Amino acid sequence: MAEPSLKASVPSADAAVTESAAVLATEQLLPMYRMMFLIRRVEESLLELAESGKIGGAMHTAIGHEGAAIGMAAALRKDDYLTCTYRGHHHSLARGMDPQRAICEVLGKAPGFAKGKGGSMHFLDPSLGLMGANGIVGAQVPHAAGMALASKIRGEDRIAITFFGDGALYQGLMHETFNMAQKWKLPVIFYCENNRYSEMTPISRTSSVDEIYQFVRAYGMESIQIDGNDVEVVYEAVAKAAERARAGEGPTFIEGITYRLSGHMAGDLETYRSSEEIEMQRAYEPLTQLHQKLIDRGVPEEDLNQLRAEVEEEVQAAVEYALEAPWPDLAEAYTDVYQV
Amino acid sequence: MRKTTYIQAINEAMRDEMRRDESVFLIGEDIGHYGGLFRVTRNMMEEFGERRVIDTPISEQGFMGMAVGAAMVGLRPIVELMYMDFFLVCADQIFNQAAKMHYMTGGLVNVPLVIRGQQGGGKRYGSQHSASVESTFAQFPGIKVVAPATPYDAKGLLISAIRDDNPVLFLEHKMLYFTRGDMPDAEEQYTVPIGKADIKREGRDLTIATFSYSLLQTLEAAEELKAEQGIDIEVVDLRSITPLDMESVLMSVAKTGRLLAVHESQSNAGIGAEIVARAYEEAPYLLKAPARRLGMAPAPIPVSKPLEEELLPWKKNIKAAVLEMMR
Ligand SMILES: Cc1ncc(C[n+]2csc(CCOP(=O)(O)OP(=O)(O)O)c2C)c(N)n1
Ligand SMILES: [Mg+2]
Repeated sequence: MAEPSLKASVPSADAAVTESAAVLATEQLLPMYRMMFLIRRVEESLLELAESGKIGGAMHTAIGHEGAAIGMAAALRKDDYLTCTYRGHHHSLARGMDPQRAICEVLGKAPGFAKGKGGSMHFLDPSLGLMGANGIVGAQVPHAAGMALASKIRGEDRIAITFFGDGALYQGLMHETFNMAQKWKLPVIFYCENNRYSEMTPISRTSSVDEIYQFVRAYGMESIQIDGNDVEVVYEAVAKAAERARAGEGPTFIEGITYRLSGHMAGDLETYRSSEEIEMQRAYEPLTQLHQKLIDRGVPEEDLNQLRAEVEEEVQAAVEYALEAPWPDLAEAYTDVYQV
Repeated sequence: MRKTTYIQAINEAMRDEMRRDESVFLIGEDIGHYGGLFRVTRNMMEEFGERRVIDTPISEQGFMGMAVGAAMVGLRPIVELMYMDFFLVCADQIFNQAAKMHYMTGGLVNVPLVIRGQQGGGKRYGSQHSASVESTFAQFPGIKVVAPATPYDAKGLLISAIRDDNPVLFLEHKMLYFTRGDMPDAEEQYTVPIGKADIKREGRDLTIATFSYSLLQTLEAAEELKAEQGIDIEVVDLRSITPLDMESVLMSVAKTGRLLAVHESQSNAGIGAEIVARAYEEAPYLLKAPARRLGMAPAPIPVSKPLEEELLPWKKNIKAAVLEMMR
């Protein structure tokens, strides 16, 4: 099998406009660390549940992608719109979705936010600005641009952000959306979580363009490539893009380099990459990076242990709650087809 | 009572709703500065400006997706598709996104979107600009489908569609655009409810359930059949395809005992087949003769005028079907 050429999680020299710098105070980083660990543990627990047969269908975890979600949540307002892909647990939890209800939704249980009808690929909570994860590659991207258009029509300063993978760049509607968003200076942020694979295929085998952030430069759009695993870098890039968007300067494209440590979805045989490759990437992954940042800033290891122990308990309780939770009433099968 | 064209009725409905509700906006190709390829959105940009009347590039997937997004956060976009055939270009945004959104989100998100534009044969536009799409849309729960035939119904149904909290496909017909009909004075407010059929001609012998331009063809066929054969046809204008007003159809069949469903979308697996099937499921005892459907013959629509008329379920074919059923 062709060995994909993988650079570590470092942006190309010509594209790096943000550098890792201490832009956030330690007190801000601590809750971010806690949330990142919570997301990680929720995802790992979900994988265990999937292995034991309790979760059906396609479940995509974001283990290794958490940097994008955590940095974004710190940089945006709670009422800013967000859309994302089927790999969207991390964005939703980072924005404040209740883990209990999140796990219920994946299991198809009644207390799930969509009563178990949406599942893992359709996380949302409009009260948190979470306007929906999507099962169709690229489909959520024009939605976010449309929400940005809505803000513009209403004269509001709510902006929109949309997350998508590297694979989405090869869908036609992405380019239609980029063009209109730039032409109409829409307040939207396009965030590409480039994990260098779309499903089981490395992008080096399908793309005629080496650097994804360069695509939108053809549309005249502001575009940067960053280390998507460093929460401070992500925070800074998203905050800056949000400022531009709110000031009426239009969209920004952010390519956050990252790596998916888990399989594409639960049950992925992962025959397309080596364990050495995964091990090599562990040194750059967001949780390791953030942990090291906090240690370097003098946070005692025991404090972090304490945080993690709390999270373990919370996640354990959430899983137990979800396993015990009731199935939806059968009448629910027929409701919500139309708004009545 | 004044008379307006079908085009003017649609234009007035949009204008009135945009004056009434700030959240309504128009988006599509050539709709603003030019006023629409068929001039249906004429003068809208002059009155409402570029903020609410948006000319797009030729990007059906992109602007349909953006309209879905804007609707998800409470605006009421009206998207014009220049020709209904182009729904296939942006089918994912219509069916996988707009139509399924409310259900997938457990009712947390509404998509109050109107997709409108013209369809149908009769003007020699050929295979990619003449298809009728209602039967395809009827396969998808979550989106309503209306296809008015008169200016009065067009205005009333479009207002209802705009106010509806669900996605609604509003089907116009290129052969109807310049037809004229009675219309209340401009100040007089009215709506036509979605999902309610209307008896457009009373009769005793046979019920034809139809809609859109086929209604006009059916009414002409009915007059000729009366004059030539003494056959008295009742014409039920469905006006809505989803939801389907089967109750009105069956009430009529209770009177006539015979049912023919007529439409321009494909006969095969079309909405007419559904109407006939439901008549047999719900009230087989009403039928004195086998119920039938007459849709478009299984071919794309050709340009050549006689070929087009051969395939479309127009007057000649409707009369032939009725005569067979009355034999
Ligand atoms: C339109 C469409 N085609 C194919 C798929 C199947 N599919 C699901 S995820 C995926 C890969 C997408 O890769 P990428 O955009 O890089 O996101 P990642 O999964 O790596 O986060 C594919 C092909 C789909 N869901 N939608
Ligand atoms: Mg990818």
